[in-house]
Amino acid sequence: MDMAKKIAVTTTLNGEESIFLCEPRQTLLEALRDNLGLIGSKEGCGNGNCGACNVLLDGVLVNSCLVLAPEVEGRDVVTIEGIAQDGELHPLQQKFLEHASLQCGICTPGFIVSAKALLDDNPAPSEHDVRLWLAGNLCRCTGYDKIVRAVLDVAEGDS
Amino acid sequence: MQAIDFVAPTSVDEAISALAAGSGMARPLSGGTDLIAQLQEGRLALDTVVDLKRIPELMAISINSDGLTLGASVSCHSINNNQAIRDAYPALIDSTHLIGGTQIQGRASLGGNLCNSSPAADSIPNLIAHSVTCHIAGPNGRRTVPVEEFCTAPGRNVLENGEFLVALEFPAPPANFGAAYLRFIPRNEMDIAVVGAGASVVLSDDGGTIQSARVSIGAVAPTPLFVQEAGDALAGQPVSEETLAKAADLARDAARPISDMRGTIPQRKHLSGVLTQRALRIAIDRARGTKTVDELGRLNGHG
Repeated sequence: MDMAKKIAVTTTLNGEESIFLCEPRQTLLEALRDNLGLIGSKEGCGNGNCGACNVLLDGVLVNSCLVLAPEVEGRDVVTIEGIAQDGELHPLQQKFLEHASLQCGICTPGFIVSAKALLDDNPAPSEHDVRLWLAGNLCRCTGYDKIVRAVLDVAEGDS
Repeated sequence: MQAIDFVAPTSVDEAISALAAGSGMARPLSGGTDLIAQLQEGRLALDTVVDLKRIPELMAISINSDGLTLGASVSCHSINNNQAIRDAYPALIDSTHLIGGTQIQGRASLGGNLCNSSPAADSIPNLIAHSVTCHIAGPNGRRTVPVEEFCTAPGRNVLENGEFLVALEFPAPPANFGAAYLRFIPRNEMDIAVVGAGASVVLSDDGGTIQSARVSIGAVAPTPLFVQEAGDALAGQPVSEETLAKAADLARDAARPISDMRGTIPQRKHLSGVLTQRALRIAIDRARGTKTVDELGRLNGHG
């Protein structure tokens, strides 16, 4: 591999200013996991099909595997590590536990981040809204039903 | 793995310089949903990524009585959440709601979908139905190209080395205008079109006559097809199933698909007619003001 010139990127990461070094071709997912040690975001497919790496970029849901790390200069990034607040699980995390909405757990961070983006956008979604919004998150342990129930439980709790 | 450079210019002129620098292997980046995936898979040779999203013109949404000018890098998410676009160009949302899932729509742009130039791109038949003009910038200045002339082959288009798409210009919708995009996929969501069809109509004031129409079909040829003869056959005709069936026949005749893992030649020919007729019906309903975006969403499986 050629020696790549590293770029210093300043970003707001889970609410705190963060500066990290990355190579220009590194994805945000790689920078989060390999450079910043935030390994909650998972690489499932690495090409935008599975949603396991989903993060919020300026509040918008994106696949972090399809963002180049230098792109987030000056932007606001929220990962699964930023979902719980003050040591308390987010209601989505709590309901995922209660409904046993996970088996192997690889897809779970992506589902939680996606579901949070949904509820931020639409606090009272229908089951169809939930299923459509989460269509880009794949679970190969086939836990969709319990995932949808957990999200709806939080949504109902909010309304 | 080859090291690359990353630059994020803040003006069109800076971007032109950045794309011209180096060994001619610089590539523009918008949402990255095609480019970064190709880069990661080693399918794309480049030495510099030029991120266009810091250029205000590429990210601008300008809508007024002259029409809509949409920056080439504006995401589907931004379009879906723009009430002025939803009101004036509801059919555009047919495409921006279909391209990938929620997180892809957070990044993917119509400009990127067009420049990726897939024959099955979900936005292009819709852009053709809307008579969009492409604004291009490059080392030799600016030029415009009608969207139906933009794609030249699978993955290829009229952009010359160093050129990039700046904006898509939509004419103001005339009175009694309606459009629609429909696609067929064997799944409910998250798939590539087996066939797609975009259609638009301008009706007479009483809603009974088609004054003009445009039809475009996707995934049935090396590029999205503008089926001008189908629109021409509708002009001046009364709104009737018989009239629409004639246009559907012309779309089916224009389709020259291949058989592949997604569909066969006969299936795609058949779908070209069916989807054209259905898209025209919805376009007519919208022109008469009787069908909302959300109702159409159900037709596209979004219930």
